Amino acid sequence: MAEETRKYTLEIWRQKNANDKGGFKTYPIDDVSPDMSFLEMIDLLNDRLARTGEEPVTFDHDCREGICGACSMYINGHPHGPHQGVTTCQLHMRSFPNNAKIVVEPWRAQAFPVVKDLMVDRAAFDRIIQAGGYVSVNTGSARDANETPISKEIADEAFNAAACIGCGACVAACKNASAMLFVAAKVSQLAILPQGQAERKARAEKMVAQMDAEGFGACTNTGACSAECPKEIGQEHIARLNREFLGASLSSKNVGDFKLIKQ
Amino acid sequence: MNRELKSHIPEGAIAEKWDNHKFNIRLVNPANKRKYNIIVVGTGLAGASAAASFAELGYNVKAFTFHDSPRRAHSIAAQGGINAAKNYQNDGDSIFRLFYDTVKGGDYRSREANVYRLAQVSVSIIDQCVAQGVPFAREYGGLLDNRSFGGALVSRTFYAKGQTGQQLLLGAYSALSRQVATGKVKMYPRTEMLDVVLIDGKARGIITRNLITGAVEAHDAHAVVLATGGYSNVFYLSTNAMACNATAAWRAHRHGAYFANPCFTQIHPTCIPVSGDHQSKLTLMSESLRNDGRVWVPRNPADKNKKPSEIAEKDRFYYLEEKYPTFGNLVPRDVASRNAKYVCDEGLGVGKTGKAVYLDFSDAIKREGRKYVEDKYGNLFDMYQRITDDNPYETPMRIYPAPHYTMGGLWVDYNLMTTIEGLYAIGEANFSDHGANRLGASALMQGLADGYFVIPYTIGNYLAAEPYKVEDTSHPAFSEAIDRVKERMNRLINIKGNTVPDDFHRKLGRIMWDHCGMSRTGDGLKQAREQVRQLREEFWKDVKVVGTADGLNTELEKASRIADFLELGELMIVDALDREESCGGHFREEHQTPEGEALRNDEDFAYVAAWEYQGENKDFILHKEDLAFENVKLTQRSYK
Ligand code: SF4
Ligand code: FES
Repeated sequence: MAEETRKYTLEIWRQKNANDKGGFKTYPIDDVSPDMSFLEMIDLLNDRLARTGEEPVTFDHDCREGICGACSMYINGHPHGPHQGVTTCQLHMRSFPNNAKIVVEPWRAQAFPVVKDLMVDRAAFDRIIQAGGYVSVNTGSARDANETPISKEIADEAFNAAACIGCGACVAACKNASAMLFVAAKVSQLAILPQGQAERKARAEKMVAQMDAEGFGACTNTGACSAECPKEIGQEHIARLNREFLGASLSSKNVGDFKLIKQ
Repeated sequence: MNRELKSHIPEGAIAEKWDNHKFNIRLVNPANKRKYNIIVVGTGLAGASAAASFAELGYNVKAFTFHDSPRRAHSIAAQGGINAAKNYQNDGDSIFRLFYDTVKGGDYRSREANVYRLAQVSVSIIDQCVAQGVPFAREYGGLLDNRSFGGALVSRTFYAKGQTGQQLLLGAYSALSRQVATGKVKMYPRTEMLDVVLIDGKARGIITRNLITGAVEAHDAHAVVLATGGYSNVFYLSTNAMACNATAAWRAHRHGAYFANPCFTQIHPTCIPVSGDHQSKLTLMSESLRNDGRVWVPRNPADKNKKPSEIAEKDRFYYLEEKYPTFGNLVPRDVASRNAKYVCDEGLGVGKTGKAVYLDFSDAIKREGRKYVEDKYGNLFDMYQRITDDNPYETPMRIYPAPHYTMGGLWVDYNLMTTIEGLYAIGEANFSDHGANRLGASALMQGLADGYFVIPYTIGNYLAAEPYKVEDTSHPAFSEAIDRVKERMNRLINIKGNTVPDDFHRKLGRIMWDHCGMSRTGDGLKQAREQVRQLREEFWKDVKVVGTADGLNTELEKASRIADFLELGELMIVDALDREESCGGHFREEHQTPEGEALRNDEDFAYVAAWEYQGENKDFILHKEDLAFENVKLTQRSYK
């Protein structure tokens, strides 16, 4: 248990709003406990800024336990910082050596415009889900839950895909700002479950069409997304999405036959 | 304003009440549903499931969340599971048993009829979620797996690893998203409700603030549903997410919605302890850990700073096992929490702050092997290690209780309507089902029960009698409310004091935790009430909110929420003072058995305390709803 406190030099992206050009600002910070989480370190900075009358740094966060997907900082060139399998809120200052320089930026992608400072707009993800990321079943019309057995392997695989928290790190990590991993996670979950079969083809097509319309880039299979994904969603889901999409476009009647979700 | 408390519990035997009620209430003709607009505030489990179900029925829905997306609501963080009386395990579970356990677990302070209905619809929830593609854990044969949870004697808990809340929320979110795409639901993300608008005594809309632009706007509807969660963040440090707040509920309370049983709060025993002043929130560790972990502290205060491995077996105080030989480490949450506090108060607590006890897995590892522990708790052990930098396979975890859930909330009748006509409260925001203590895996159940299977029916009973055309936002009540909200924002900004909002929040949290937390006394509560009043006065004189109201301003958001917590905190204390008994999560030191256990007073306190607001700095008025127990026998809990 390290008791000593540390000092850092923070370079943080400040941007007033979507139209502002924005730029880095340097903030020295001391008295940082290694037990603090990265966000608690930013809290400390913000606390000091507020006391001196300067506007605190705006950033998205909420649960602070790695599950809501709100936190989203691009730290020293990595979404969610240097470690694999963790979100920004689960990162601790003990991971940064004393006196280190730490550069903090927002997610950068055309489809994720900056709202203010480190906060971006990820509504494009919601629209992709609205386009088809569901099973159409009205409340009350379901059969008994145990009527359709699902093998443990399939259930576990579906769970692994469903673990996506919608944070967008995959987009931020990708040089093309592609959203393939996010889309693949949802398509994959529902494609392998019996409940998802009826809409399987249309779902893949609609979600991919929406993804394209949102301005996300093309996937060139560099794998950076999975490497930076805090929930370690694997590349096999992208492979499955590709198969689903190809299969759908060869055989479905839906092509070109659905409305995109508007902003 | 004096509203009579009418619970509207239907006639008939307990098992028939809900069916009778569904048959007897008014229905809205399917073709006319599109003529009604409903506002849903909050899109966690309860709100998202309600909004989606309303839209499926044909109502027009406006749904509001302060998050950027409904998928971020704090329901997402629930780990353990969801109860349902499916009896798939053939171990003797039934609707009646789930009902009985819930009323008993709530220490006989909930309404029988509501709890029975909850148990009834629990089975449909699982069907619905599975149909949506929620990947619950399964057995090798392909059927759904169950576990026993929170000391229940049957296995009725459905789960998805340690992420049940996430998977259920994503299910409800997908149903909601589908309705957004059809246009039946209009979503308002990053929008916070700051007032409710009443016209002729009925809720007809809300006032919101767009958190990005700062725009204050009016929205009208035929009915308003609050699904805005609980108020554990009154304690500052809790397991709730940072933005969880009581503002929507409190605004409604100020307009005449009674607030019920505010002092019933749940302190969860297994959380990661506070590590320093910088702490912003607390992290829960699933209570399933207590199945294999043994809780202890050093017997001798002098051993506190020794490494746990250096403390001999005979010098370890396994206080739960010694005090409660039958239940041992599996005593209910409130008992486990209180005893951790006692040993720490005696100076036996461990860790930097002395506010922690050990949760030790070395026996389980010895007995069953490391693999067994890894399979069962691997995720939790990793999470613990990430946060504390300690390896729980080698050294015991340190844990301490933390505020987690609030059983109290807006008073609602059987239809989930508050004391304001046309204003409903569902999920954690209402008070109705958990009494004085909530059982594990019941929060998700109640949120989804209210949203999917109760309110879609009961709201029809109200709407069917309402005209299609009601007052819209051009009515002066809306512009007046907008002015009120703006005025309040400006007031906060213009104080320009010296103390940042968080400082007030921390101070309030301290007072509440010390005096209205795990253990309460009359004297402590009286002191605390004074302190909260003073703090509130200081707040309105000295709060410093940087920035302006006409754009994104998180300091302003915080200050506005803290202002409401400062009033709610006082009401919690008032309620705790008034309830001269101990029950569930409410422990008054003056009322305990000779063995130090909670001593209920059914003679005088078998009622719901529903409080009426009279104005700033005025006393609250108590209204009582007497609780009748016709189907369960009141007994004193014993875990010896
Ligand atoms: S796939 Fe991974 S990185 Fe992408 S949104 Fe989901 S959790 Fe985040
Ligand atoms: S704040 Fe919720 S995942 Fe980081």
